[in-house]
Amino acid sequence: MKLAAFEAQGRARWDKLAAQLDLLERGKGEANGVDVAGWPALYRQVCNDLALARDRELSSALVAELNQLALRGHQLLYQARSGDWRSLGKLVLREFPRAVRREWKLVLACHLLFYSLAVGLGSLAYESPTAIYVFMNEASVHDFENMYDPESGSVGKPRPADQDTQMFGFYIWNNVSIAFRTFASGLVFGAGTVLSLAWNALSLGLVAGHLAREGSAAPFFRFVVAHSAFELTAMLLAGAAGMRLGLSIVAPGPHTRLGALRAAARASLPIVAGSAAMLVIAAAIEAFWSPRLFPAAVKYAAGGVTWLLVGLWLWLGGRDGD
Amino acid sequence: MIDTMHAVQTPEGVDLALPVAGPAPRGLAYALDLAVQSLGLSAVQTVFYSAGRTGFAVALSLIAAFLINWFYPVLFEVLGRGQTPGKRVVGLRVVHENGTPIGWSASLVRNFLMVADFLPLLYLAGVTSMCLDSSFRRLGDLAAGSLVVHAPRPRRTRRPAPAPADAGPAVAPPLLLTLEEQRAVIAFAERAALLSPERADELAAIPAALTAGEPPRARLVAMAAFLLGRSA
Repeated sequence: MKLAAFEAQGRARWDKLAAQLDLLERGKGEANGVDVAGWPALYRQVCNDLALARDRELSSALVAELNQLALRGHQLLYQARSGDWRSLGKLVLREFPRAVRREWKLVLACHLLFYSLAVGLGSLAYESPTAIYVFMNEASVHDFENMYDPESGSVGKPRPADQDTQMFGFYIWNNVSIAFRTFASGLVFGAGTVLSLAWNALSLGLVAGHLAREGSAAPFFRFVVAHSAFELTAMLLAGAAGMRLGLSIVAPGPHTRLGALRAAARASLPIVAGSAAMLVIAAAIEAFWSPRLFPAAVKYAAGGVTWLLVGLWLWLGGRDGD
Repeated sequence: MIDTMHAVQTPEGVDLALPVAGPAPRGLAYALDLAVQSLGLSAVQTVFYSAGRTGFAVALSLIAAFLINWFYPVLFEVLGRGQTPGKRVVGLRVVHENGTPIGWSASLVRNFLMVADFLPLLYLAGVTSMCLDSSFRRLGDLAAGSLVVHAPRPRRTRRPAPAPADAGPAVAPPLLLTLEEQRAVIAFAERAALLSPERADELAAIPAALTAGEPPRARLVAMAAFLLGRSA
């Protein structure tokens, strides 16, 4: 078939489909006397036309036009229904704990890495008065010491409610970003994740050890006990998700590295989402509850409750089918 | 065709060619997006700080900075049919590898993993990955199964360039041409209007056996008209 005959025969439906696609892409059903009824059938015909035009090696301009038309139709016909807010809730409440339990080995490994480093460095800073200066300059150490000083410390001092709100914004901006980066940098064979976790263990361990040495352990632990359940656990879960990415490249198992990486990225998304949700909760606790000065018993009881909540969430969440 | 194409087979059994976009247009779109993000953030902060720099205003603007930094590309890609404002201006679109519109999980993966593409500095890993991959995928695209393709604004019709006025009537070629030779003649006629007249004459003079004696350019265009079936 010559091009002119082919074009004469098909031009009407190509133009009609193009007009229908214009409408569909703008989310309309009808305008200017064109409606979209029956467009999938027309789209399939245009797919035939494209195959024919390509096979007969008709004009490359025409092949390009039909390809573009078929591509637009393909994108409209095969678009996936995107999730709504309910599915976001389901993701955080059910799929997140399931994914955490599925990756329990990596979660455990991240906990061991983090807490052994933190405790090790903490006892180092407890024994040696100079250990902390490897990591911090004198002014920051002084600030920390003042903040948690049992006599004159600023923790628990009434401060304007306004400042609590400001800190809430800061914790979200800072901590959730750190969690996302901890996850994403795991792509580099897990190295970014390990470095990030080690750095956080270093700072927590040294500060806690040093404060304990200065006799400020009690105010410090009263401050951190409640929000640390959400904050530390969320960081370590983001770390486990990052390790899953890195491991998929280092040890892809029976898959290609690319295939393993894709599966890992999909599988770890619920963990990252849950980790972000936990960090928002942690930010609220850290900003509005942790600085309040209550009797130690109340603070530790609240801390116990938050650790219990986190444990129950991850242990039981999403177990009831669905 | 020498363009970089990524072929996708549709359920209709036809191969669609996705014109994948390289580092240069994508870098441009990214720079535009960065500009939009920082302008948007400063606009939002101006509004928040208009009633004084209270702790509440600081909190809101920090949260806005967080959301814009991480979710601006995701929201625009998923809700804007694969286009952030920068990509819209440059004419790019993010799609799944099978040509379907990008969804939430793929968009989250590709945009979060941009952190890894940045390493060790200035997107070196991402650009290296793009240059090594046949479809210009950065690390985030590889993990998400996504592609960035050229998405020209749909033009009403793109008919082949009309034959020049001096083409005259269609003329049958004096020789039997193979399919490939016919294609070359037709392609020349389509593109003749885009070439400078000197270059077009120069090219048309190459198949001397076809054009013997006649002005070669008009002769080839007339033959193309015949081959396309315009005269019949």
